[in-house]
Amino acid sequence: MKPAPFDYHAPRQLKEAAELLAKLPNAKVLAGGQSLVPMMNFRYVIVDHLVDLNGLDELRGIVVGDGRLRIGAMTRQRDIETSPEIQRLCPLMAEALRHVGHRQTRNRGTIGGSLAHADPAAELPAVCAAHDAIVHVASVRGIRQIAFHEFGSGFMATSLAPDEMIAAIDLQLWRQGHGYGFHEFARRQGDFALAGAVALLDIGADNVVRRAGLTLFGIATSPVRVEAAEARLTGQPLDASAIRAASAAARQTEPISDIHASGEYRRHLAQVLSSRALNDAAQRAGVQA
Amino acid sequence: MGRQAARMNVNGKSYARVIDARLTLADFLRHEINLTGTHVGCEHGVCGACTVLVDGRTARSCLMFAVQANGCEVTTVEGLTPEGKLSVLQQAFIDNHGLQCGFCTPGMLITLTELLRDTPDPSEQEVREALTGNLCRCTGYAGIVAAALDAARRLRDADKQETT
Amino acid sequence: MGAKHFGARVTRLEDPALLAGRGRFVDDVKLPGALHACFVRSPHAHAKLVSIDSKVALIMPGVHAVITAADLPDSMRTRRLPLLLPNPALATTKTQHPLARDEVCYVGQAVAVVIADTRYIAEDAAAAMIVQYDVLPAISDCRTAAEDNAPHVHGDLSSNVAASFRMAYGDTDAAFADAAHVFTEGLWQHRGGGMAMETRAVLASHDPASDLLTVWSGTQTPHLGRQALADLLDRDLQSIRMIAPDVGGGFGPKAIFYPEEAVIPAAALKVARPVKWIEDRREHFLCATQERDQYWEMSIAVDDDAQILGVRGRMLHDTGAYVPWGIVMPYIASTTVPGPYVVPAYQLDTTVVLTNKVPTTPVRGAGRPQAVFAMERLLDRVARELNIDRTEVRRRNLIQPEQMPYEVGLLFRDGKPLVYDSGDYPRVQEKALELADYDGFRERRRAALDEGRFIGIGIANYVEGTGLGPFEGVTVRVLASGKIVVATGATNQGQGTRTTLSQIIAEQTGCRLDDIVMTIGDTGAIAQGVGAFASRQAVNAGSSALIAGQAVRKQLVALAARTLDVPESEIDLDDGQATSRRGNKPSIGFGDLARLAQGIPGVSLPAGQAAGLEHTAYYTPSQAAYCSGTHVVEVQVDAMTGGVKILRYTVAHDAGRVINPLIVDGQVQGGVAHGIGNALLEWMQYDANAQPLTTSFADYMLPMATDVPTCAIAHVEIVNPLNPLGVKGAGEGGTIPAPAAIISAIEDALTPFGVHFAETPLTPERIVAAMRAAGAYERLFAA
Repeated sequence: MKPAPFDYHAPRQLKEAAELLAKLPNAKVLAGGQSLVPMMNFRYVIVDHLVDLNGLDELRGIVVGDGRLRIGAMTRQRDIETSPEIQRLCPLMAEALRHVGHRQTRNRGTIGGSLAHADPAAELPAVCAAHDAIVHVASVRGIRQIAFHEFGSGFMATSLAPDEMIAAIDLQLWRQGHGYGFHEFARRQGDFALAGAVALLDIGADNVVRRAGLTLFGIATSPVRVEAAEARLTGQPLDASAIRAASAAARQTEPISDIHASGEYRRHLAQVLSSRALNDAAQRAGVQA
Repeated sequence: MGRQAARMNVNGKSYARVIDARLTLADFLRHEINLTGTHVGCEHGVCGACTVLVDGRTARSCLMFAVQANGCEVTTVEGLTPEGKLSVLQQAFIDNHGLQCGFCTPGMLITLTELLRDTPDPSEQEVREALTGNLCRCTGYAGIVAAALDAARRLRDADKQETT
Repeated sequence: MGAKHFGARVTRLEDPALLAGRGRFVDDVKLPGALHACFVRSPHAHAKLVSIDSKVALIMPGVHAVITAADLPDSMRTRRLPLLLPNPALATTKTQHPLARDEVCYVGQAVAVVIADTRYIAEDAAAAMIVQYDVLPAISDCRTAAEDNAPHVHGDLSSNVAASFRMAYGDTDAAFADAAHVFTEGLWQHRGGGMAMETRAVLASHDPASDLLTVWSGTQTPHLGRQALADLLDRDLQSIRMIAPDVGGGFGPKAIFYPEEAVIPAAALKVARPVKWIEDRREHFLCATQERDQYWEMSIAVDDDAQILGVRGRMLHDTGAYVPWGIVMPYIASTTVPGPYVVPAYQLDTTVVLTNKVPTTPVRGAGRPQAVFAMERLLDRVARELNIDRTEVRRRNLIQPEQMPYEVGLLFRDGKPLVYDSGDYPRVQEKALELADYDGFRERRRAALDEGRFIGIGIANYVEGTGLGPFEGVTVRVLASGKIVVATGATNQGQGTRTTLSQIIAEQTGCRLDDIVMTIGDTGAIAQGVGAFASRQAVNAGSSALIAGQAVRKQLVALAARTLDVPESEIDLDDGQATSRRGNKPSIGFGDLARLAQGIPGVSLPAGQAAGLEHTAYYTPSQAAYCSGTHVVEVQVDAMTGGVKILRYTVAHDAGRVINPLIVDGQVQGGVAHGIGNALLEWMQYDANAQPLTTSFADYMLPMATDVPTCAIAHVEIVNPLNPLGVKGAGEGGTIPAPAAIISAIEDALTPFGVHFAETPLTPERIVAAMRAAGAYERLFAA
């Protein structure tokens, strides 16, 4: 299983990378390689030019801003996992990363690569969806922003143009002390999830939910915010019946069906995992539902 | 199309070659510089037999092109083996029956080297989770887990002796 | 035996080199000038092969040759691969041509091979080949294969039934007619592949000066492979040497002779350079043999005390597109059902059907897991219906030790009556239950339920015929250097053959373990051999090692006694020295004795002395050696997701005398991992056109370190009276009853919901579907 031949380019700067992408025909960027290179080895993907972004230090790093965290697209998943800023400000991300592949894949894999690959069952896009992420996209035309809910465009497809690459991702942070919950069901440790639920709850001292976020992944072709569930929870006291209702709403998400799981089973998991994620988020927010 | 220079240190020795850009790091190690201890089991990044250290971090060498390792320090199983003897981890594998056919073993050793360096006192569960990126079809993992915990203990004891 | 080595936990001689990365697998063998091969394979499950156009491929730089069936030597083009296990029940004896000629019958079947400077270039050229096919209808589901108007798997075979046979004894009609209770189960069982970490590999090199064709192959059976190749190439046996070097796992599929093992040597002869082929993982998923689907419909008749009166049923077996190993797997399955139980009457009708998929041949367990699953599910059913504890139902029906040797009433696949030579099944079951703290489970379950967790326990018993014939040889020879040279036809894919045989030889001869130099799996080192399958090497090669070792011991003692001028009874052999117990204890080293045994040129040897110090033994077993065991498994089931976690795994088994407990435990533990895979994870899926859907490790799931707990293992050593070592095979026992015990435990965990399972692999989705059908979620979602 050897890849087809290609020309290799190793730019040192974003500008150079953008120019290469613009002018080279049938070119792809190489980030962590953990998703792209297997496809190249299988010859499912055949490229004439490979533009290696691993030399672009300017695309690496985590910067805390005003109510947001900016993560460079080429930041390694392992570095995000162990980042003190992430653990402090976005514990959901740290939790999710424990389920992403294995140590070896996280050492090389990047957040940009995961988002661009857009596997329906990937954890990082779900965390980005949950945090209303803004994706900064670079090309010879400059940098543009894409709101995360507009970023996915179908099964393993994004709204990136062929000559564009992700430069950075902004996560909109939730109030310190918010509760989060992450539950996925995978066949084995580190596998892509058959289904997963990400819950974020901002609960006031009066036990009323100020803000609720429920995101499903592995269910549809890209992460889905269950707006009906969020609406059902927001502005209400948090209790067991609210969580039950929100989880039942999650069940209504239209599922995909493949050799790993049927749509019917995914719906069931959506309900079960939403309930667990919401319960965890409640507990972490200091509420016993 | 695609001939490139590759220049890297492997197990402390420097190598420079001109190769096809598409030559994987695994194939470079095995066939270009004849270090056949690193094995190829799947070529799609799941089995872990090809695991090496790149700048001190585990990586699947079947998913890297050799040219990507330009300027890097690569460590293979040969680099884990002290001259003329065996490391504490390797001896623990012998004592705990941690290998049978030996095909997955180099990858296991590399992964456990990283684990024990970063987590000198791992729990059994931590060892098992660290090993999920390395498949074994012979041992059922029990001997490998026992070897890892045994080696961790021996290395901690050796450290204690050094500091006292 | 006064064991110094035998029975000891000797650490393995194989390990240091493997740990240092100095193993020598086929791809590690580098021959100067070697070229590399890539096969062109059919993308269709069934098609006429119309034409192959290699014009573009041949002009690509670095491409040396393209070989199709037309380019093979005459003998190879027209002949088919050997059918190693003929059986009169076979309606067809069809095996593959080395390269397809007119028709392809499974996705991945090889139609051509490209020979190039590198594998990279060979793959580029293979992609540039233009192959025309006329696609034909394909049979994917074995259940439709036997129907009247089903499409033909082969164009020239009007029926897809490869064989049908009945295995029976006693009067099942009478047993069932009078029975107090009759229960019926329909079972689907799927087993995937061996999935060794090293894929297949062949390297061939011809030396024109000596006309020796040397082939390195990642095979379990180099002697059988050499014979097959000699037949296909029309060459004398001694002009071919086949070597199985370090092999990264076997588990059954590497015991088969494959098309590539014929074509690559033919290619090496044609291009007059060494040719190497390393299978990639995708090819392995398509073309390495596997086990696959069986459908069982079984009934059990019992009296009011749960005593078995009879067992009968039908089984449908998918053999794939060809029958290289005949019907050995379904045959073994059909003779394994009675197991360790007294079954007064038995009847199983088996239909073996062809499908347009890769052939099925034995994978660790070889049809026995399926038989054990059927029988154990029936017994669990009896227990549930009659409200008797599952272990008690079994206890009441186990063959008692005083009934040994026990004649089952069937003919086993070794051609001999199925007679269990030895065993104490009740004791093994008790040992397993004790080690598993079965009695304490009720309390553990109560505590778990209090926390809202569902746990269950399952049990399964098995008997396995191991140590199959015809023979396996060992030569032991003492050299003047003091080294002990050993050669054997036994092979090694991880089972520690070198270590176990060394232990036996060191025990017998008194040599040092380190002085043994052993050649394994090389047809150039020993004339006859069979190889590794059916857990046969410890019994066969082990016994030969014992016999040869004993013979050399006698020679050493006699020569030492003569040389030291003391009676033979005074000589001790230890640590490579022969020492007299008398006087000042004169002693002479084995090397010096070997030099003496070579004699002096021109001078006759003393009366009674043989030439050299060596002996070759080919032990031939009179019948199979029957090992047995009990597995007890505790699981936790997530009732909401269907997720299963194995909490505790206990094995008690009788493998006769244990040569090296470290190695035997490793075999059991490794076997259990395969069993867990079969029970919960491994599924080779195909679509309705027989296109494989699971062709990578992302889709086909192997157990990881987080899926396989460390087993508690107890050995119950019931000596085998039929071989000089007293051993029984131990390679497959970890796998055979595992799916039965695990599924039993899952069902037990979900007892509050009344769900029932009779399939493997049992996926979380299927568990949830059963729970939903039983109305479980109305209650659980409300909680």
